[in-house]
Amino acid sequence: MAVLELQNISKHFGAIHALSDVSVCLERGQVVGLMGDNGAGKSTLVKIIAGNFRPTRGTMRMEGAELVMHRPIEARQHGIEIVHQDLALCDNLTAAANVFLGREMQKRVGPFKVLDYSGMYRRASQIFAELKSDTRAREPIKQMSGGQRQAVAIARTRLSDAKILLLDEPTAAISLRQVAEVLNLIRLLRDQGIAIVLISHRMQDVFSVADRVVVLRRGRKVADKSISASSFEEVTGLITGAIEHVL
Amino acid sequence: MASVVEDQVKRKQADWVGWLTASQAFWVFIAVCAASAFLSFATDSFATSNNLFNVTRNFTFVAVIALGMTIVIITGGIDLSVGSVLCLCSMVLAVVMHAGYGIEVGIAASLGCALIIGAFNGVLIAYLGIPSFVVTLGMLSIARSLAMVVSNNTVVFQFGPDHDKLLLLGGGAWLFGIANPVAYMLILALITGFVLRWTRFGRYVFAIGGNEQAAILTGVPVRRIKVAVYMISALSAGIAGIIQTGWLGAVTTNLGAGMELQVIAATVIGGANLAGGFGTAFGALIGSALIEVIRNSLGLLGINAFWQGAFIGTFIIVAVTFDRIRALRQAD
Repeated sequence: MAVLELQNISKHFGAIHALSDVSVCLERGQVVGLMGDNGAGKSTLVKIIAGNFRPTRGTMRMEGAELVMHRPIEARQHGIEIVHQDLALCDNLTAAANVFLGREMQKRVGPFKVLDYSGMYRRASQIFAELKSDTRAREPIKQMSGGQRQAVAIARTRLSDAKILLLDEPTAAISLRQVAEVLNLIRLLRDQGIAIVLISHRMQDVFSVADRVVVLRRGRKVADKSISASSFEEVTGLITGAIEHVL
Repeated sequence: MASVVEDQVKRKQADWVGWLTASQAFWVFIAVCAASAFLSFATDSFATSNNLFNVTRNFTFVAVIALGMTIVIITGGIDLSVGSVLCLCSMVLAVVMHAGYGIEVGIAASLGCALIIGAFNGVLIAYLGIPSFVVTLGMLSIARSLAMVVSNNTVVFQFGPDHDKLLLLGGGAWLFGIANPVAYMLILALITGFVLRWTRFGRYVFAIGGNEQAAILTGVPVRRIKVAVYMISALSAGIAGIIQTGWLGAVTTNLGAGMELQVIAATVIGGANLAGGFGTAFGALIGSALIEVIRNSLGLLGINAFWQGAFIGTFIIVAVTFDRIRALRQAD
């Protein structure tokens, strides 16, 4: 059974039709590359899955049950995590503080509930080890490389039992070595059974880790096929409109 | 095995030394100690119990407000209204007590007034997105004007049946002979330090100053925290106003005029970053202490008091310059 099923999703902002009748299925342990030009509707679709927007029309089903969300926190409660393009990190805080931001561990000391620093450092270090990242929990974000920052943002999603992970341009603006680190992280999470949506402009990254590619153009789905049955040229043609659609 | 343990101990010590020497408050503390040592040798009157009593008591009012201002500045905001809020809260206390009400009613009215002003500032800043500079600049004018309205621009120096209690509150020394204002300041500094270091609220304050958008995306209740922060700032001004009224024994409508600049100077000298994300309660105290030591030393060394602003201004620029150099080095 698909972990998430989007059926005929449309989203209108006044007269603008950002998405029209888009249907996509996400399977466990599968990476779906979501591609399209600027304004194609990728961000709108991801924001609908992440609970930021409600669709104008269409339904979402999670493991067979209808899913209606009003706020991003509800998506998180359903096991949908998102890593934003700018990573949403605070440079002045440590890696562990960023991982737990908004979900801090606390312990009781007398009448007070205080932050459980040692617990958070321990758990964050554990997650970084699981992600095979050299990121140190006590190190401030401002001293970290792009790859380590990505690891911190992805580590956040490991606090809960995430079923779906939405990655928005995770390899933009980082070095080639760090790109390899991030792609390895994606493979690792896929192998753990998480359904991953990878939004990227970098064709080589999508072809390196994705199992399927979905292409949007002007708010419509124009391709949804296995990555092994597609090619750079075909996807480029679909994005630009040189190829009408291959569904 | 022994060498592994030794390595770990050495690394921990290096971490600790690195953390200490990277702290601006530490260097300001050294500056305060050095200035005090110099003045002890250069003058006969600095190291006397009377002078030290005056120095410690004088900087408490600025320090108490600087604690609240530190929290505001950590979030990346500013509160220019604190001097006027101090005046209004002092005047509310004075007028209520002068009208025959007890000290409890006076303090409740004064602190209630501070909280309302803080909430007003906070709501405009957090929910309407008006820059804190603009809102609190407006409040600076409004609060002082209201202080004139409630007192009819007169000096209030009689505080009704609890007159003596109020003077004792600000002028007494209940805790091991420590002047009450100093004791209040130390208690408030401990509470502020605890809140900033050990609570979720403190963590969110730093997160908002570090990256407000990130804080929103991760589910931090940014607006509520910001409102609370401005309420705390106004409350600290209200508390300082009550203590100062008890100490002075009179309230005039120019009380606290220009104090916001001293408070911001103390906070910045103590290591708070006006861009947000950094600051400590200890820094607020030590920054306030440095300003008072400068002020005191000018008098003792026979230097014209008009130089005070130049010295404090220089310290602000030096402190921010060091902070900038440190940030650039870390970026390298």
